[in-house]
Amino acid sequence: MGNRSPILEVRQLQTHFRSGHGVVKAVNGVDLTVYAGETVGLVGESGCGKSVTSLSVMGLLPKPAAAIVGGTIHFAGRDITHLPEKQMRKLRGNEMSMIFQEPMTSLNPVFTIGQQMAEPLRQHTSLTKRQIREKMVEMLQSVGIPRAGQIIDEYPHQLSGGMRQRVMISLAMLCQPKLLIADEPTTALDVTIQAQILQLMKEIKQKQQMAMLLITHDLGVVAEMCDRVVVMYGGQVVESAEVRTIFDQPRHPYTQGLLASMPNANERKGELKAIPGSVPRPDEVGQGCTFAPRCSQAMERCRHDRPPLVALPRQSCRCWLYAGEEETALEEVAHAT
Amino acid sequence: MLDYVIKRTGQVVVVLFLALTAVFFIIRLSGDPTALFLPPDAPREQLEQFRKQLGFDRPLHVQYTEFMTKAVQGDFGTSLRTREDALQMVINRIPATFQLAFTSLGLSLLIAIPIGIQSAYRRNTWFDQAGVAATVLGQALPSFWLGLILIYLFAVQLQWLPTGGGGSLVHLILPALTLAAYSVARFARFTRSTMLDVLRKDYIRTAKASGVPTYKILSVYALKNTLIPIITLVALDLGVLLGGAVIVEVVFSWPGMGRLLMQSLLNRDFPVVMAGVFLIAFIYAVINFVVDLLYAYVNPQIRFK
Amino acid sequence: MNQSTLTEAAVNPRPAPLSRKREPAWRTYMRRLVKSPTGLAGFLIIFVVVILGIFGPWLAPYDPNQAEFAKKLLPPLTDGHLLGTDQLGRDIFSRLIHGTSVSLIIGSCTVLFAGLIGTILGVVAGYFRGWADIIIMRIVDVKLSFPFILLVLVINAVIGAGLQNIIISLVFAGWIVYARVVRSEVLALREKEFILSCVATGVPRWEIIVKHIVPNLFTPIIVLSSLQIATYIIAEASISFLGFGVQPPQPAWGNMLSEGKDYIFSAWWLITFPGVAIVMTALGVNLFGDWLRDVLDPELKGH
Repeated sequence: MGNRSPILEVRQLQTHFRSGHGVVKAVNGVDLTVYAGETVGLVGESGCGKSVTSLSVMGLLPKPAAAIVGGTIHFAGRDITHLPEKQMRKLRGNEMSMIFQEPMTSLNPVFTIGQQMAEPLRQHTSLTKRQIREKMVEMLQSVGIPRAGQIIDEYPHQLSGGMRQRVMISLAMLCQPKLLIADEPTTALDVTIQAQILQLMKEIKQKQQMAMLLITHDLGVVAEMCDRVVVMYGGQVVESAEVRTIFDQPRHPYTQGLLASMPNANERKGELKAIPGSVPRPDEVGQGCTFAPRCSQAMERCRHDRPPLVALPRQSCRCWLYAGEEETALEEVAHAT
Repeated sequence: MLDYVIKRTGQVVVVLFLALTAVFFIIRLSGDPTALFLPPDAPREQLEQFRKQLGFDRPLHVQYTEFMTKAVQGDFGTSLRTREDALQMVINRIPATFQLAFTSLGLSLLIAIPIGIQSAYRRNTWFDQAGVAATVLGQALPSFWLGLILIYLFAVQLQWLPTGGGGSLVHLILPALTLAAYSVARFARFTRSTMLDVLRKDYIRTAKASGVPTYKILSVYALKNTLIPIITLVALDLGVLLGGAVIVEVVFSWPGMGRLLMQSLLNRDFPVVMAGVFLIAFIYAVINFVVDLLYAYVNPQIRFK
Repeated sequence: MNQSTLTEAAVNPRPAPLSRKREPAWRTYMRRLVKSPTGLAGFLIIFVVVILGIFGPWLAPYDPNQAEFAKKLLPPLTDGHLLGTDQLGRDIFSRLIHGTSVSLIIGSCTVLFAGLIGTILGVVAGYFRGWADIIIMRIVDVKLSFPFILLVLVINAVIGAGLQNIIISLVFAGWIVYARVVRSEVLALREKEFILSCVATGVPRWEIIVKHIVPNLFTPIIVLSSLQIATYIIAEASISFLGFGVQPPQPAWGNMLSEGKDYIFSAWWLITFPGVAIVMTALGVNLFGDWLRDVLDPELKGH
């Protein structure tokens, strides 16, 4: 991966929410790189900040409440951290696209599929009406939608959930983006449909040579789709490695816990192990390691000092257990507060 | 769709039938309706004669049947004062009332929807807060008082506009504004809250993620979703508007149904009152029916059922 | 896949949302009221109006019906008349204060009776469904096809003027609002688990209604009532203005405006002050009602 250029480079991103009870540090110093043509999985339980990270990249944070307060986001070599809305708009749906979790609610019920799909083409290209229609039909066919010509004039409620997610994918792919962010694209679908949609995304990704950031809590999906994995917990990256390494040699206790709690279809012998406790709310995080309260290997030090992201031979990991093994801390502890 | 139209037509007919029944019984609330039709100091024998003449001495169910048979044919009797056909008298006043009611409806939508959208988009700014304050105040303003104040300002002090009367566009300005005030407040407030809900929806995020500019999201995408509940509210408020028209017409001597109804009530001319009350219920039901069809047209989820 | 296992295992150590140290409820509300400028303004206006309504006869500087022809149509702040005098030389300020109690009595009595009747019918319709529901809802439909104010006017014209009859006609036209709201609340409530479990364990119907349904209706009814009072006060003023309702010489805000409109060319104060009184009262009630709704029923916020 070293010789390829990064499409997306997120450095020390901090996104805060202001609420009635104070500031919530939803994303607290996240580093993330996606190279051209690769698929990166962003993994974590709900509330760990993975969706907020992706919304920060897309510039879709709910406005007065949330804001990027630190760090940078580079897209295709360009700093887009505080890009004005007008220029951000030219990127969205064009060079970077996003698919959301809920296909049932992500399409506007009072407009036809065609009316909604024509929008990115109208914004980003100078195609004529007829060309737009041709392009839409072609795109719908390429995601495996039968009767594409008719579906264009139908309303979302006339389609099934799987069909709608296909429409969402084709909507995102219309302008051949360099980066596709997929936020739990299959969570809301039936299991059989899930497999189809994942297969489709894989094919399209290969055909179009684009990069993909796949946000999920499902490690099965990760194994299926991703080249690299970034595990998030409590608004921070806790481990990051090649997909093989994560499954073979997880280092962070949280990653280990995630893997242990995953049912394995091949070998049904072992019992599932749940991680005790739940994700802390971002406003509850005290000092020390955010995972310490739930960690079985927590030491005295974990409760007082926040561990840095440590570079190990095959991965990076935010844990005091490995602090001795490698001296090159990737960042200063100071960031973490 | 056709099934729906037929079903709704049936409902309208039932409601109108019951409305007629209600009109019949309301007039009998006081016990002896004869007294309503005569001045309070009428001599006894005139009262008796009148009771016979109007058929109030017969059993109630006979009276009811006769009233309904005649009413269905459009016969509410003749005005006790002018001897004209009661229903026809009211019908003649419809154009004036419609002119007033629909001018203010259009006016209030034209003012309220942009204000509501802007308030939602610029939530918690000075614009929004001023808008909220204005709508709260607007809802506390009784129309007859607002009418008086407008007359005082524009007709008495500035002498720009006439104090009342009908016939020209100039006469329409003040009553239409007065009648619109309450609706503007309600519609703007409702547009704001509905728009706020819509703007939080996933499909708006999808549109944003497709690179649609904000002005287009507000004026095309979110607007259509917002319009559906607004249409419902407008339909519900037409009753308020028609009721408000009664008062505004009296304040401005606007020659519509409301003023006729009010004069008839004061003159105890009950055939005209009954015809007027029924006609308003009828108009209201028909408008509601049309609005329902419009609603089905805007909302594809209903249209295709 | 792993999510369900994780959340099932969640032993949630969240702290209590707010530190409530067994403070009496009214103090909690008072604290929140003081923090809301609009709610507080509404409360203060209502407070003043209620004081004027109850103690009006002792506070009024003049007899409201004492005509003094030599002093007719005096502008405000002359000869000891704060708000001036009307066409018969009566003190407007005193008449306004006496009018306050008329508005208050009508507003509160209507809310009380319309609320009571509407709630009973709404519970019957919503809980027992069947024929009762059909009949009640048909009546509601029919009533809804007449504009509220028109219905009040016609009924009032038929049964005659006077304080009592105004209340009767307002209640007659006003209960449907309650019936509709209560019915839909009851429909939602009877599907809730705690009601279903009562039914399943054989608790008698009336006990379910009285002990479990009705207490859950208090919040929506209080919120609705606080907003309805303003509607009724304005409705009374409107019909009194039109010559029905409260009859002169008894002072009411509506008929003061009605008498004053004939002097619109010469005496602006006759039409100004009664109107201001109506607007202030309605505004106060609405502001307080909005605050109450936000506090009691946050889900309704904005609607």
